[in-house]
Amino acid sequence: MSNVPNELKYASTHEWIRDEGDGVYTVGITDHAQELLGDMVFVELPEVGDSVAAGDDCAVAESVKAASDIYAPIAGEIIAVNEELEDSPELVNNDPFGDGWLFKIKADDESEVAGLLDAEGYAASIEED
Amino acid sequence: MRAIESNKKPTEVKYAMAQRTPLYPQHLAAGAKMVDFHGWDMPLNYGSQIEEHHAVRREVGMFDVSHMTIVDVTGPEAKAYLRRLLANDVEKLKVPGKALYSAMLNETGGVIDDLIVYFFSDVSYRLVVNSATRDKDLQWLEKQAGEFDVAITERTEFAMLAVQGPQAKEKVSVLMNEDQHALVSDMKPFFGMQLDDLFIATTGYTGEAGYELIIPADQVGQVWDKLLQAGVHPCGLGARDTLRLEAGMNLYGQDMDENVSPLAANMAWSVAFEPSERNFVGRSALEEQKAAGTEKLIGLVMEEKGVLRAGLKVIVEGGEGVITSGTFSPTLGYSVAMARVPQPVGDTAQVEMRKKMVTVKVVKPSFVRHGKAVVSA
Repeated sequence: MSNVPNELKYASTHEWIRDEGDGVYTVGITDHAQELLGDMVFVELPEVGDSVAAGDDCAVAESVKAASDIYAPIAGEIIAVNEELEDSPELVNNDPFGDGWLFKIKADDESEVAGLLDAEGYAASIEED
Repeated sequence: MRAIESNKKPTEVKYAMAQRTPLYPQHLAAGAKMVDFHGWDMPLNYGSQIEEHHAVRREVGMFDVSHMTIVDVTGPEAKAYLRRLLANDVEKLKVPGKALYSAMLNETGGVIDDLIVYFFSDVSYRLVVNSATRDKDLQWLEKQAGEFDVAITERTEFAMLAVQGPQAKEKVSVLMNEDQHALVSDMKPFFGMQLDDLFIATTGYTGEAGYELIIPADQVGQVWDKLLQAGVHPCGLGARDTLRLEAGMNLYGQDMDENVSPLAANMAWSVAFEPSERNFVGRSALEEQKAAGTEKLIGLVMEEKGVLRAGLKVIVEGGEGVITSGTFSPTLGYSVAMARVPQPVGDTAQVEMRKKMVTVKVVKPSFVRHGKAVVSA
């Protein structure tokens, strides 16, 4: 079974976000998502400074199996990207909720976070798949 | 996250319950992710298919290939039958144990399957054919047998295991005595021999040295366990696909099928037009195709980020073709593909990726052999 940490919020499209305080959120893809995709070979990340709306495709995870768009779970400005993924895309497989994070976003409107799924809701959504 | 480009899945036939090979418990014990593969419950990977790929290129890995179909062809007219049935000529086989790669064609010159035939004597041969094509292959073998005095016997009591990689020779020693290992070590490529209950052949689907073993189903579990203990890495279908593609080996149903000529699938080398009086199935169709010219299977190399995938459109000088197999090459660190295109080809091709045309290099469809790059991007 996939790991779905309780402290995170989730989009139904398999992104997670973590509240880092000061309106900053870290974004990655879930353990379930990396399992579906298989070994990651390239990750294309947004540019620091990009403004994104909730639901924008802002990154691409390319695995041995498929290239997948990754959507911004909330609106905001990209303030950091995980440069380690350039040389080590496998971090997304090995540690999807930790070293395999994708980017950090400064929220335009933190109330959007409330509209995302909690761990229970996300776990239920992947049960149905 | 949503897939925007993905590898074409093999046609999935759903069975009430997928068949399991005798190694099913070993796969679960090794932590395999199991998938349905043409009605067989097979390991996709045991964690990371890229690590499994590297294990075969650098050390040694093993693959359960028990889903493949083994058919013995015996009888006074076995040789005459196979000379009619196969595009390659079993007359070339003189030494017992010698193996040959061949296409089996229909009358219009399309590939029904590709297979390996082992020669034991003029009255005894063994074929190893694909699992996905088992039913139609067996029907075709029976149909073509017609008036020939041959017996066609499927050997479902055997399992098959491929042990591949630079350390394969050393590691298989745990399965045999010293004298047997000396014999095995001296075997030339594409050769098989029977050692007690073990049939061992210097064949494979990875581009590395190694063996394919045919073992009674009730013994294969012990063989797997011994090899595992000796440090042989379990490898799944994912690594098998990237390894064979780097080696430029075709996958039936993807790089060729019943509507594709072997001449358009980089298999012309395996078609024996000589002697001219041998009338194999599909011969006249192939001669016409040869005269008229056919499409060609080429290799593509893309150094930029991204992965060439099956089904993508390819433009060359001669017009539009299609990628038949594409992947990220773990050995090379960039993407490679095979594509079937009209001639003439030229040195580069355009591939349509996410609505953009990307220029890629055209090479021979062979990328890695014996752990080393044979293309320079």
